[in-house]
Amino acid sequence: MRIVVLGIGNILLTDEGVGVRTIEALERDYVLPADVEVIDGGTCGMEMLEQLENLDGLIVVDCVRCNQPPATPVLLKGDDVPVFFRTKLSPHQVSLSDVLASLEFTDRAPKSIAIVGMQPVSMALGLELSPEVAVKVPDLLAMTLAELQLLGVDAKRRA
Amino acid sequence: MSKRVTIDPVTRIEGHLRVDVEVDGGRVKKAWASGQMWRGVENILIGRDPRDAWAITQRICGVCTTVHAIASVRAVENALQLEIPVNAQYIRNMIMLAHAVHDHIVHFYHLSALDWVDVVSAMKADPEKTASLAQGLSNWNGNSKAEFVKVQERLKGFVGTGQLGIFTNGYWGHPAMKLTPEVNLLAVSHYLQALEVQRYASKIVAVLGSKSPHIQNVAVGGVANPLSVDSQSVLTIERLLAVKEWMLKLEDFVKNVYLVDVGAIGGFYADWTKYGKGITDYLCVPDVPLDGKGTTFALPGGYIEGGKLESYKPITSFNDKFFTDGVSEAIKHSWYNYSDGNDKSLHPYKGETTPNYTDFQDDGKYSWLKSPTFYGKPMQVGPLPRVMNMLAAGHEPTKKYATAALDLVSTVAGTKVGVEALHSTIGRHAARAVGCAVQVDELINQWDLLLANMAKGDLKTFNKPVFPKGEQMGVGFHEAPRGVLSHWVVIDSGKIKNYQCVVPTTWNAAPRNEKDQPGAYEACLIDNPVADPEKPLEVLRTVHSFDPCLACAVHVVDQENNPVVTVKAV
Repeated sequence: MRIVVLGIGNILLTDEGVGVRTIEALERDYVLPADVEVIDGGTCGMEMLEQLENLDGLIVVDCVRCNQPPATPVLLKGDDVPVFFRTKLSPHQVSLSDVLASLEFTDRAPKSIAIVGMQPVSMALGLELSPEVAVKVPDLLAMTLAELQLLGVDAKRRA
Repeated sequence: MSKRVTIDPVTRIEGHLRVDVEVDGGRVKKAWASGQMWRGVENILIGRDPRDAWAITQRICGVCTTVHAIASVRAVENALQLEIPVNAQYIRNMIMLAHAVHDHIVHFYHLSALDWVDVVSAMKADPEKTASLAQGLSNWNGNSKAEFVKVQERLKGFVGTGQLGIFTNGYWGHPAMKLTPEVNLLAVSHYLQALEVQRYASKIVAVLGSKSPHIQNVAVGGVANPLSVDSQSVLTIERLLAVKEWMLKLEDFVKNVYLVDVGAIGGFYADWTKYGKGITDYLCVPDVPLDGKGTTFALPGGYIEGGKLESYKPITSFNDKFFTDGVSEAIKHSWYNYSDGNDKSLHPYKGETTPNYTDFQDDGKYSWLKSPTFYGKPMQVGPLPRVMNMLAAGHEPTKKYATAALDLVSTVAGTKVGVEALHSTIGRHAARAVGCAVQVDELINQWDLLLANMAKGDLKTFNKPVFPKGEQMGVGFHEAPRGVLSHWVVIDSGKIKNYQCVVPTTWNAAPRNEKDQPGAYEACLIDNPVADPEKPLEVLRTVHSFDPCLACAVHVVDQENNPVVTVKAV
């Protein structure tokens, strides 16, 4: 099994960085088996191609916009994922969708993709999340852990 | 009657760029380039420790993390006049050069080739003819008939399902697409091979930078990781040997595929040497420093006026006042205010970042980008200015690859094509390939220099910075893939007092300046043909030839309810 948890977003823009902040919490608080890689993808693109090849599962944690009230957690899976990439819900999906499309074209796409997201409250300049979103990071983390569990991964909380 | 065409956003780029053109009689008469996002990273940095600036500035952009890290540490080191160990210089040089090679390959094949290559037409090609054409151009081992058959089958399967995926949003069948099905199949195959090869460049950055995508192995004073000949936790000989192997794979592809493809496509599209000239004042900074102070460089840089090589004026060190004194930024047409009035132009040490959004005003403010000038003039920066400056400086490797590329263009076009053809849309692609070949050679050379120095027993990689009381100012410049990047820092008693990033895309995508002179994108679009205002492929060709990347030029966007792309012809 090869699984990647990918946090994306720009940490300079408050809630835009919620995906990165969530995976930071995941790495800080949990011990993961060796076949699970946690990547801080920022807003990168093709550089990540190799790390995302031939995965059994990809979990993307991201700031998304999908007409929900601010600070609402969102889970997209299955048929919703392509739609996520066709309608612009996240400012940096241009590059990630290019990477995923390239993987698809070369037969190396992940077997499953789940997107764990959060509607932002603020996209202002700043390294900190808005208080409303910051308090929901544990929810996003719990959703990420639940997705990992579905893939058969038991993350152990650090003592 | 003139028609206004708005492309918002220009796609297959990072960030959010809007381009407006006025078309009359099938030609562009007037153009506006507008950055639609606001960047305020400068404001985040004020009051912080200068040693942390690089880690924050590398988050400006998703593509160019490393270049901002490098420019930022150089700025702080320059302010402190801190010399770094030569090993650190070599390691940084390799990170930068591998990043640059990666960027050029991805830009040509994955971000702009589809402006010239009709993917759908490749399905009609005869793979045998493609193989014989390809083998006539280069003996690259990926040019077999079997390879082209395989790619064509794959493509048929993909297009057959209606899932163009990676190839959506292409203007297939556009009248400005001129390549035969065979050439299109060749290009699509190399597109896929480039996807494979680019990973070696990423690996080099990841190993030398010790993490990917955001490198960690940089510090004010050198690089963070020690060198060692045997320890596992640091940069070992074993890892360095793996890095060398990847460098050689990149070299093979760049010289036998990329440079050849650009020459061939340039030859088939020789008419595009007539379009996209624009600003021919070319600025480039020297890079790949060979000493700890930045007084000698492997790649020269300077300023060329009006495209004339004989006007070359070199920039020779990290302390060169010709560069430092010449840069300033105007905001007459940008969504900012200056405290001393908006008709002023400010030197980056005195730069201000105070937003003042109006609407899109054709003759007023219309962009989040500032307008940088060099001694009061707008510049073009990037691969073409780089190659022109290196040619003017008499840099032999540049001459060699430029001659090879132009000879191939001449053969394919059936007419003699000289250096003057480079001042154009297609010329920018050719210059990027020439520069890339030079950079891949230099990448290998830096590896050799590092190993030779280590063999002498020198393993030093870090000099500790000391922050004195009082104020220091410094600039860090870097000849990034897209051109001149400079970070300007004012430090006061160990804290950042002011910080400005003047980035390549700001130079090129700038709106009109305080004297209403257009920026490089705006100027180069004038007289471009536009066959069909509803499908402005030609505008995209010229803008994409710069490799626009707005992410660091501007920031933040509210894209709620915005469609993916709008092309509006009024």
